Amino acid sequence: MKTTDDIGGVKSEARAAVDPVTGTPAMGPTSGPNVVAEMNEPSARSQWEMVRRRFFRHRVAVVAGLVLVGFYLVALFAPQLSRYDLNPATLSTLHGPTAAHWFGTDELGRDQLTRIMYAARVSLVIGLLVAVFSTVIGTLIGALAGYFGGWIDQALMRVTDLFLIVPGIAVLAIAQKGLVNKTLPLVGHISQTTLIVGILSFLFWQSIARVVRGLFLSLKEKEYIEAARASGATSWRIMFRHVLPNIVGPILVNTTLVVGTAIITESTLSYLGLGLNPPAVSWGVMMNQSESAVGSANAYLIYFPGLALLITVLCVNFLGDGLRDAFDPQSSH
Amino acid sequence: MVTFVVRRIALSIPILLLASVLVFFFVRETTDPLAKYAQNRDVSTKINAGLDIGMYQQPCRYVTSAAGGRAPVSCAKTSRIKQYTFWLSHFVKGDMGQSFTTNEAVSTKLARGFTNTLQLIVWGVLISALVAVAVGVYSAVRQYSVLDYTFTGLAFFGIAMPPFFFGLMAIQIFSYQFSVWFHLHNPLFFSIGLHGNHGPGFLAGLLDYSRHLVLPVATLTVQIIASWSRYQRASMLDVMNSDYIRTARAKGLSRATVVLKHGLRNALIPLVTVMAIDIGALFGGLLVTEQIFSIGGMGKIFIDALTSGDTNVLLPWLMISAVFIVLFNLLADVLYGTLDPRIRLA
Repeated sequence: MKTTDDIGGVKSEARAAVDPVTGTPAMGPTSGPNVVAEMNEPSARSQWEMVRRRFFRHRVAVVAGLVLVGFYLVALFAPQLSRYDLNPATLSTLHGPTAAHWFGTDELGRDQLTRIMYAARVSLVIGLLVAVFSTVIGTLIGALAGYFGGWIDQALMRVTDLFLIVPGIAVLAIAQKGLVNKTLPLVGHISQTTLIVGILSFLFWQSIARVVRGLFLSLKEKEYIEAARASGATSWRIMFRHVLPNIVGPILVNTTLVVGTAIITESTLSYLGLGLNPPAVSWGVMMNQSESAVGSANAYLIYFPGLALLITVLCVNFLGDGLRDAFDPQSSH
Repeated sequence: MVTFVVRRIALSIPILLLASVLVFFFVRETTDPLAKYAQNRDVSTKINAGLDIGMYQQPCRYVTSAAGGRAPVSCAKTSRIKQYTFWLSHFVKGDMGQSFTTNEAVSTKLARGFTNTLQLIVWGVLISALVAVAVGVYSAVRQYSVLDYTFTGLAFFGIAMPPFFFGLMAIQIFSYQFSVWFHLHNPLFFSIGLHGNHGPGFLAGLLDYSRHLVLPVATLTVQIIASWSRYQRASMLDVMNSDYIRTARAKGLSRATVVLKHGLRNALIPLVTVMAIDIGALFGGLLVTEQIFSIGGMGKIFIDALTSGDTNVLLPWLMISAVFIVLFNLLADVLYGTLDPRIRLA
């Protein structure tokens, strides 16, 4: 019998296990009681197919998802797509949007479109990494707390209480300022980008842990879990093979939303000068550097990075909404 | 009710104590209060500052300084735990030490900042609550109307809007572009501080104050107005579809009475808890707002303290915000009980 502790592995296995219901050949032999398929016995479609259908009916979410994919592709291929160097040798400073420089140039003659594309690499990757890290940590801790209860649960709840009573952005700012470019025990020297990913994940894991804990609390009392326990499944197996596949939806929705929150938080800190600092370039850093353009005719320096931020977060939120509806069995779509 | 409040206050003390431990060790691990004396050749200033905040303790070895006084040259260092108890025992008595940059008592500095911040918070919460409730109720009562869709769209933008982007755009449009377009001598809304020069009389002062307040309050509240109006719409829809509303209408009460007395009162209950929790987020939002609009409140004090390495300010700042947030959570629980008679507080 194959056991896997890897969350991704569990997810794909759950999907593979569902397929026989629709008649498509299963990816491989499935083992253990098949929870997801059981729940969908009366319907002709598998759960994942229904989720997919409901999601694609949500036009705004699909468009938002496509825009985000486009943004990530632009970030990935920034060096190939941009027509200018990040730090050009020839200077044409501070002229507004033209055919040559779509988003204009700043006071050092740098092409703003190029800078926004390079900044997207930092902002978008930070959002994604923070979402992944905080989901992994939050899911693990939330699962342990919800499933076992007891002191783990108590400790988790007290810690999240503490996080709620101190303004997170202040803590982040102190940590970033205090730890940047220091050599720490165990991890060694950390760059400012690594550090901000670390401390943002540290702040955001607990919201996901709370969600996962709640879901585990309600699901662990279900009959099929009792059946699994009666047939001798280990706690680990119940947690990650029987409960987790059923709560992938809510977790995924939260992960999506964390991407947006992380991007906003990073840009806010960087704008205040308390997050990333040059030579790193993120959308927040760009706005910090162009702040003095506000109240003059050069405000386009603020508009474009700000719009990039706004559109990204808007799309992330729409995507999260679409996913929430898609995973909601009561959804009317 | 009184027993409930007393018990809740008693319960929040251990949480605040735990917070104080974590906050203290976190701040002391990440910042060095004596860093600014590191380059100082005269050791005694550093040691005196250290004695003040409990990082050093007697016995000290003294020498006679050039000025003729006694100057400490080496003292016993205290353990972190002793430093913590030293700090806490002074903090609860209101003694927060001196600011390293201005030598002013930190408590005076924070009190001054708090009065500015309080204006932003009070106006911000009042206005956001009014706008959000009005929008939410309208959207729920006229569900799927053109305005409902407009508000929904705006709310999506508001929630996704980075506050600093909103603030900078607001300054650009209302303080700069308006003056350019309409050839105004003064900006329509001011973008610096809370007060300016104005003519004599109460009304002129009030007008000046409002013109300073509009943009910062809008920046501070853009996100929470958006999210509160969504909450209010959802809870109002929930209430308006319930049986007792239908009964009230059936027995002949006017639509306005049903919506405002029977509907709104019940639909406000969930919003109140959300509001109290968001006060915490508001406290963080002050950092951006006060920085953009140069308002000398708590947020600006925090940023200045962090950038100038004035660590004596950071500790009490974090603790005061924690107390503030705990108090508002308590207030939410009390309001929750008073608004909803089904909930018995004991």
